[in-house]
Amino acid sequence: MAQDHPYGFGTLAIHAGAIPDPVTGARATPIHQTTSFVFDSAEHAASLFNLQTFGNVYSRIGNPTVSVLEERVAALEGGRAALACASGMAAQMTALLAILKAGDHIVAASTLYGGTVGQLGVGFERLGINTTFVDPADPENFRRAMRPNTRAVYGETIGNPLVNVLDIAAMAQVAHDHGVPLVIDNTVATPWLCRPFEHGADIVVHSATKYFGGHGTTMAGVVVESGKFDWGNGNFPDMVEPSRAYHGVKFYETFGDFGYTMKARMEVNRTFGAVLSPMNAWLILQGIETLHLRMQAHCRNARRVAEFLRDHPLVAWVNYPGLADSPYHALAAKQFRPVDGLPGGSGILTFGIRAEDPARAGERFIDACEFLSHLANIGDAKTLVIHPASTTHRQLSEDELKKAGVGPDMIRLSVGIEEVDDILWDLDQALRKAVG
Amino acid sequence: MSDISTLRHILATCRTVAVVGLSPQWHRPSYFAAKYMQAHGYRIVPVNPLVAREGGDILGERCYPTVQAAAQALAAQGQSIDMVDCFRKSEDIPPLADAAIEIGAKCLWLQLGVEHAEAEAKAAQAGLRVVHDRCVKIEHARLFGGLNWAGVNTRVISAKRPQQLPY
Repeated sequence: MAQDHPYGFGTLAIHAGAIPDPVTGARATPIHQTTSFVFDSAEHAASLFNLQTFGNVYSRIGNPTVSVLEERVAALEGGRAALACASGMAAQMTALLAILKAGDHIVAASTLYGGTVGQLGVGFERLGINTTFVDPADPENFRRAMRPNTRAVYGETIGNPLVNVLDIAAMAQVAHDHGVPLVIDNTVATPWLCRPFEHGADIVVHSATKYFGGHGTTMAGVVVESGKFDWGNGNFPDMVEPSRAYHGVKFYETFGDFGYTMKARMEVNRTFGAVLSPMNAWLILQGIETLHLRMQAHCRNARRVAEFLRDHPLVAWVNYPGLADSPYHALAAKQFRPVDGLPGGSGILTFGIRAEDPARAGERFIDACEFLSHLANIGDAKTLVIHPASTTHRQLSEDELKKAGVGPDMIRLSVGIEEVDDILWDLDQALRKAVG
Repeated sequence: MSDISTLRHILATCRTVAVVGLSPQWHRPSYFAAKYMQAHGYRIVPVNPLVAREGGDILGERCYPTVQAAAQALAAQGQSIDMVDCFRKSEDIPPLADAAIEIGAKCLWLQLGVEHAEAEAKAAQAGLRVVHDRCVKIEHARLFGGLNWAGVNTRVISAKRPQQLPY
């Protein structure tokens, strides 16, 4: 029986979703900077609005340049379909609002990006969707927090900034035992390092702003579905019952294993409008083509930096899942692609300076860096440095900070792909200035 | 028989499709798929005993009570049914597979969630191409353009300019 050739990651990173333009023959993806698209007839228009045929109508619903990015990410994650949004936060919001409403409940890891803690803990709560945050170190904590009205379990493959690694399979088991999907933010790992669907996740979200773009120029987010979750299990009536927005269309029945993505697109993205512009999608696509090469370089450099800091007299501690003595090493080895024979750990690591006032030393360190950029972002080609407690996680309470694993002395590095010797040089000279 | 090459061949050569279980209600998946195929150059032949009994038609095509009746009527016009596309439960497939073989169809296509190993094997043995658990509309849009606009991973990797426009 004939089988389709299984293309590898690097090939998909360049080709998925991008066949030559039939009209012009253009090989690179055109930027379809248009808000609207013509209908061929009244009949055609009616068909499109009824969802009876696939086509482009309005860029708040779908856009052919954005579609390329959507298919690209779906292919890289090994998923069925994807939907692009204006930002990673928009992608999270869209992913969850597609299946949650007032009165529903989320069980989430406590070790999340500060913005996400705010979105779930404050933003959603104001809309009547409550979240219980649990320590993900023990998957049973998720089970204990599940309620009859829980409709999603949420976590980050690699937590920010604790740099902890989730046991995705264990969390998926808890979620599936309750008939709800596991939603994983795979931004920090990227599908090159880890594909959550392979470990049981049902929905993956990304801030494409980070490693996907890799150039720190563009905000974007993507939601991907595995196509394997049974939305007809009784817990998601809105997925199987006639949609009020579409005179009786039942998303799951009509679109099957990409019904969730269709619903997210037609009932959330289109309605709330956090969509991605064609220009921005194109910019992210330029970066994604080299994702496999950049992630390999990020992992290699991060390992060198982690080892350098671990052995540095002026550093008190280092946290990097790729290091053998990391408490997350076993999970990294189980779930992540190896790099040079050792488990990859992505590009994020944290450390604390050995000093009388480590928090103050940390601030001096950041000021003393020559080319490590002090800014709020991760996953850039440039090496980035920040002090989470006073910036990205500033809005968290002391208790929330503790649960997120953020200490006052923690410095977070997003190791870039500059020459590693230069990165080590800047780290060393800045450390000496910080403590000296 | 669900690799891209085979599916493209089936959809390119099976231009007359008997849609078994076609619903007259416009928001039903079978109606969606049939309307789409009709809009993309296929001839749809509805097979629905209830609608046929009332002498009704769907999508402007006369409705027949069985696959055989449809094939007979078309033969009188010098036409034949290439594909028997089934929007029925898995348990209902065996007699439909037999009908497809009887009328000399090229393909037995079972829609989403529909499978029947025995009936499929019998049809394959008789020389038919068999597809299960897939939607003709979705596969057509996947392989000839359109489904990518819904963000679906089509798995099509190609450097060739498509010869068929997706509208």
